[in-house]
Order: sequence, then structure tokens, then C-alpha cells
Amino acid sequence: MTLKKNILALRQKKAIVEKGGGDKAIEKQVAMGKMTARERILNLLDANSFHEYDLFVEHEERNFGMDDKVLAGDGVITGTGTINGAPICIYAQDFTVMGGSLGLKHARKITKIMDHALRMKVPCIGINDSGGARIQEGIGALAGYGEIFYRNTMASGVIPQISVILGPCAGGAVYSPALTDFVFVVENISKMFITGPNVIETVLGEKISQEDLGGARVHAEITGNAHFYALSEMECLDQIKKLIDLIPHSNQQKAPKVEPKAPKSLKNIENIIPADPKQPYDVRDIIYALADDSYFLEVHELWAANIVIGFGRLNGETVGFVANQPMYLAGVLDCDSSDKAARFIRYCDAFNIPIITLEDMPGYLPGVDQEHAGVIRHGAKMLYAYSEATVPKITVILRKAYGGGYIAMNSRHLGADFMMAWPSAEIAVMGPEGAANIIFRKEIMEAEDEDAMRQQKVQEYIEKFANPYVAASKGYIDAVIEPMETRGMLLHALEVSKNKDDYRPAKKHGIPPF
Amino acid sequence: MEIEKQELVDFAVTARKYKTLLTKKYLNRKPWVNPSAYEIQSIIPGTILSVFVKEGDIVSEGSQLLILEAMKMLNRIEMPFTARIKKINVEVGLRIPKDSLMIELEAVDGVE
Repeated sequence: MTLKKNILALRQKKAIVEKGGGDKAIEKQVAMGKMTARERILNLLDANSFHEYDLFVEHEERNFGMDDKVLAGDGVITGTGTINGAPICIYAQDFTVMGGSLGLKHARKITKIMDHALRMKVPCIGINDSGGARIQEGIGALAGYGEIFYRNTMASGVIPQISVILGPCAGGAVYSPALTDFVFVVENISKMFITGPNVIETVLGEKISQEDLGGARVHAEITGNAHFYALSEMECLDQIKKLIDLIPHSNQQKAPKVEPKAPKSLKNIENIIPADPKQPYDVRDIIYALADDSYFLEVHELWAANIVIGFGRLNGETVGFVANQPMYLAGVLDCDSSDKAARFIRYCDAFNIPIITLEDMPGYLPGVDQEHAGVIRHGAKMLYAYSEATVPKITVILRKAYGGGYIAMNSRHLGADFMMAWPSAEIAVMGPEGAANIIFRKEIMEAEDEDAMRQQKVQEYIEKFANPYVAASKGYIDAVIEPMETRGMLLHALEVSKNKDDYRPAKKHGIPPF
Repeated sequence: MEIEKQELVDFAVTARKYKTLLTKKYLNRKPWVNPSAYEIQSIIPGTILSVFVKEGDIVSEGSQLLILEAMKMLNRIEMPFTARIKKINVEVGLRIPKDSLMIELEAVDGVE
């Protein structure tokens, strides 16, 4: 029976390559607290759903003693599978094979699976765990990176692209994740930087650990490069599954609809916001009170915490929430929060996800550092993103909506489809104190008791203007509603906007301020 | 996030103060200082390759002060205007970060 013999030979061949870098290297990987590339894929995908491609691909480098080096799968595992039934393409770099270093064939396996994902219109997930370019391959490695970046860009806004950093990802390698939609990191395991601690020490004499320079927490909290932060690889894989459940598989589809569920009434929505506009609260409590099953998957939880973004469902359908967070920095807009919200808005727009904006913000963050960091340029991203978006856009003004921030937070003037305000809303050109100081400057200065006059004028301004009714009288707000009516209004607004059609002038692409 | 662990602070946005928490990045921001024309700072991190002046010298505008090697380039640092060298804070071979104060100047009587 020759065929039987061939089958056995195939099994044997597969078993060898599937071992990656071999037992010793695997032991090392485990000792670092990491799963192997294959374990990661198998733990992320539905049982028995993984189908591997290009297991037998080999590198072709002949220099520097590479000609007799056998690298299993050339250091990367690629294939297709399903996550909770959703088809996806995936690749995982195998650190046990020559440090997961990227050579030309390694890159070509990745670009092949990316091309496949783009044609099949399914999400593409990349698990990064690599020491970087395979130096022996020289320009071949650089070509490989470039070919990946090009495909990341082509696929951007067409299929969801997810990067999972489960090891080092340094130098040029960082730019593939940076071009993708969502980056996942894990404490103590993920490391991302352009120039590592060694170079920095050589050039500057500054000593810094990999963790402090580009560890998971740094990217989740300081740089904003990472969207999801987990304490373990298993938690990270869980987060990916949750995200995949919520987003459409391509820009030609809608997110999968699930059975609608009422919010678990965690807190009475009327009691969340303090009456004093100077007192904070956690805006996520409002989201929990509005979203189906009180379920909310927050994106960028730690970075720019003064704005909250993430996915939830209304009537079983995925929506994106953008909400000012008075708990941090009074909920101001600044460089980072504008950047964070703008990119999320563009994601939602690209993937047919309606945007719900919850507004309570006192204005832009004052300061030299903000002005010099380009708050004008960054703030403009938000105006651009909201104006450009054609998905249903719904705003609920909860409390403060002052000045430029009122315009930026999906106002009627930027094309909001539904504008609602709670009776606690204060829609005005600026806070009452500031406005009274300018408008009644003369009266205040000429008064015998300046403070008393100022207080009186501030009070006057509050009564006349710090409310939703001036904006409502001009039609800028469609309805002033009670907090308890909010969910019902949101569901209705989404129902009405089901067939929304909104045209934009034909163009190659716009020039957003980035 | 561990909201409970921090204390609410007063946070001024225009004329009103709000109770809120501060982010790590906000707490770590550097306060702005008005740059002085009499302080010559490094524009890029690098290594001092040579120093051409001594403390007390009166140096005319455009003369070479030092060479700062950075990113494989030799940057000539020149005198911005005629003045006396008050203090030199660097020496040959020293590696310095960006924005370090390299040379302090003082005005010379009769010279603009």
C-alpha cells in the first residue's frame, strides 16, 4: 500500500515542523511565561477550526551560514479558522524559530494570508512575537516589512485588522500594528519600541528597562498605541473574542445582530449625574444604564481617560459610544482625547456602526503644553471625523456643552441626525462664570461690591442661558427629554435611521489633519 | 480603573473649578519655562566632540562654540550674538540629552 506509506510520511513531516524551534526552545518560551505560537492560535480559535497554510515554506537565504539552517515554517504560522463561528485569517510569529525573526519568506506567508483575508472579506489577526528583522537576509527582511505595511494600508477600512503583541515587537516591526485597527497588549509580555533600551543607552547614556520604555502599561496608558490591555495571555485572547463578536466582518456587512436585552438596572439613570455641574461622576454608569444587558466593551480604557469610547449594543445591534468622562480632567477635550475619539469615530463610520455621543464637557484643556503639542491640529481631527461620518449619528447632551467643545461633540452643525438634551443640559458659548465676566464686565467693575455683582450676573446668565432651551428654540436640539426616556429614544432613532442615505462629494480622499 | 484610590482635586477650566481626578500623563507634564537668549541648549541628544571657547571669552556673533555629534551628524553650534561666555556646562566626550543647558552667556557692555 504505497498511499498509506505516503500518508505516514506526511504525518511525520508535519509533526516535525509543527514542533517549531524544538523542545529546548519551547521550554525557554514557556519559562518566559509565554504560550507557543500554536497554542495561542488554538486557544483563540474555535475547537478544530484552525486550518494551516504554508506549513512547508522554507527560506531561500544562502549567505552567512543560512544555507544549512532549517527554520520550521520560516518562523510564522498562518491559516484560517473561526472565532465563535466568525471566519477569520490569522498569523502568529513563532519566537522559538530563530527568535521569530522576519525574513522574506516569513513575510510572504503573512502577506499571502492578508491578501486572502482581503479577498474573502474576513478579519485578519496578527500575533506578533519576534526579535525583528532577520539580519542575515538584509534587504529581503526590509522588503518583507514594507509589503506587510502596504497590505495593512490597503485593507484598512475594508476588513478589521487586529494586532496582538505577545512578545517583543521592535524597530520597523511596530508599524504593522500601528497601521491596524486594534492593538492588544499583555502585562510583562508585550514590548514595543522603535529604538530599544540598548540604543538609547549608547546614544544618550539613559538607562531604562524594556518595560518602562515600551511595556504593555506604557502603551495602554501613556502612548495610546495599545487599545486593549490584559494581565495574562488568556485574558487577552478573551478580549479579542469579545471584540470579534461585536464588529462586522467587513465594511460591506453590518455587525452580527444578537437577541436584544434590556439593561440590567444597575443604577437609576436619573440619579447618576450630580446636580452641581462642578461635581464628577463616572459616565460609564450612563452607558451601562443605556446599553443592552448593560454590556460595554471599552476601547483605550487607560489612555486619555477624559473621554470614553467603546462598543455596546442597542436592540441587539452594535453601536459605538463616545462619551466625555467628567471623572478625569473634568472631561475636557485635549490632544489625546481628540485623537482617541477621532480614530474611533472613523472606525465606526468605515464599518457601518452607528455612533452614540454622550456629552458633558467644559471645553478644551488650557495650557502651554497643550497648545504647543498641537491641540488645534488634534482637536480638528474630531471635527473632521464627525463631519465626514455618514453612519447614523446621535447625540445626547447630559450636562455641560460649552463653546468649541459643543460644536466638536457631534453637534447638529456637523451633521448629527438626532440631537437630544436632558433638562440638566447647559448649552452655551462658555461656562456662566466666564461669560458673565465678559458680558457684564462694566457693570461688575463699576459696582460697589464687585463680588456680589459678579455672583448676581453669573446667576442671571445661568438662568437665561445655561439650559437646553435656547438651543432647542433654534432647532439645534430636536428634543429635550427625561433621562428615563433616553434608551427608548435611542432605539427609536436607530430604527428611523435604518435606511439612512447621506452623500458626500466625490473625491479620491479627504485630507484629515493628521 | 481604580477610581476610588485617588482623591478628587479642584481643576480649573476657564473661570470655573471642577472636582475631578488627574491622569498620570497630566501629572507628569513639564511646566513651560520662558527660554532665555543667554542660555544655549542642546536641540538634539548627542555627544560633545569639541569645545572652542573658554569661560570669560568675549565671542562674536557667528563664531563656532562647540560641535555636538548627534545621529552621525556633526552639528556646529554657533554664537547667536556677541557676548561673554559666563559658564560652560559641558566637556568633550560628554553625552547629553535634548534641552540640556550647554553654555550660559552674559551681556557685554556696549555691545547689542
